[in-house]
Amino acid sequence: MENSDNQGQLWEVFLQSKPGQAFKHVGSLHAFDKNLAIENARDVYTRRGEGTGLWVVPSEEIIAVSINEAEYFFEPADTKIYRHPTFYTLPEGVKQM
Amino acid sequence: MEIIAPTTEQLIQEFELKIASDTKIEARDWMPDAYRENLIRQISQHAHSEVIGMQPEGNWITRAPSLRSKKILLAKIQDEGGHGLYLYSAAETLGMSREEFIALLHAGKAKYASVFNYPALNWADMGAIGWLVDGAAITNQVSLQRTSYGPYARAMVRICKEESFHQRQGYEIMWRMMEGTEDQRTMAQDALNRWWWPALMMFGPHDSDSTHSSLALKWKIKRESNDQLREKFIQKTIPQAELIGLNIPDPALKLQPDGTYLHGEINWEEFWAVVGGNGPCNQQRLDHHIKAHADGKWVRETAYAASLKH
Repeated sequence: MENSDNQGQLWEVFLQSKPGQAFKHVGSLHAFDKNLAIENARDVYTRRGEGTGLWVVPSEEIIAVSINEAEYFFEPADTKIYRHPTFYTLPEGVKQM
Repeated sequence: MEIIAPTTEQLIQEFELKIASDTKIEARDWMPDAYRENLIRQISQHAHSEVIGMQPEGNWITRAPSLRSKKILLAKIQDEGGHGLYLYSAAETLGMSREEFIALLHAGKAKYASVFNYPALNWADMGAIGWLVDGAAITNQVSLQRTSYGPYARAMVRICKEESFHQRQGYEIMWRMMEGTEDQRTMAQDALNRWWWPALMMFGPHDSDSTHSSLALKWKIKRESNDQLREKFIQKTIPQAELIGLNIPDPALKLQPDGTYLHGEINWEEFWAVVGGNGPCNQQRLDHHIKAHADGKWVRETAYAASLKH
């Protein structure tokens, strides 16, 4: 390796705190391969039993909406308020729906 | 679709609006260069402090008086390494690499908390460090959970969750010693005498002498000033000392009718000397970090070589 200071590529860490819950991004770390990445993630992010599940993903593999495009990218949803239940009126007398 | 690039004035205005409404700034958001530089300096300094802070205590792992205290001390030091990693990751989102941060530290161009340039002379110091040094750090970090930069704020939330045990373990060591023999009580008092003022110095210079403070407060990187945080720490720590029979080494200390304490002034000459590199252990701490980093070279190289095989 050219640079002996290199600490490996960047990985993003996702943690599931309880069974059935969604995985949530908790931070990132450096590691040279996926085995070291998942072990480092355990040592850095779950020292107190914070998780029942753990994912690591190479940071460069994550596709994100660029900040300049975000407004236009998400804009189509803004005009479709009929996708929300509160759009609809109900006859009086409906107790539960 | 054609996207029209906003002007710098528009970007600044948008940024200031976010700050005003307590919307977190995220890594990919536009930010003024001075905001980025301020964050890079503060977060990396914070990261270095966590890692350098492992040294005064690491020195006592092999000499902890019981298996219980050894396990606890190991866990605490491991946390500090972890906190350094959270913070380096947060700092890296601002566009500098881990290697660059370490190189600046080794070149003596990056600062870390000066308090770690004082030596840990005996076991009572483990108590004083946990109680006072971690206590001061927590006071600062609780406030920083509301910092305007998202990745820094999130790292602070995790760190605060983990750190509350650090302060308690330190206070427990002091309490146990105060419940012990005359010699143990003397040791505990001596440790407090040596660590009280360096702990108060951790909050930095007076607001009036702090070069970076006004900008940091304006942009909500810091949420409370050095003097405000120091005052909070002093007022909550004095009763803890009194409860276990320790005397705060400040002749000017005086309880006021409203229940708060008047206190003496820090020796600022000593503060600036240690910040300037002339503390008791500055060179030792840096040399040790450089050596540990060099000693780890084969691990990095082996891990890299192994990664090529699968």
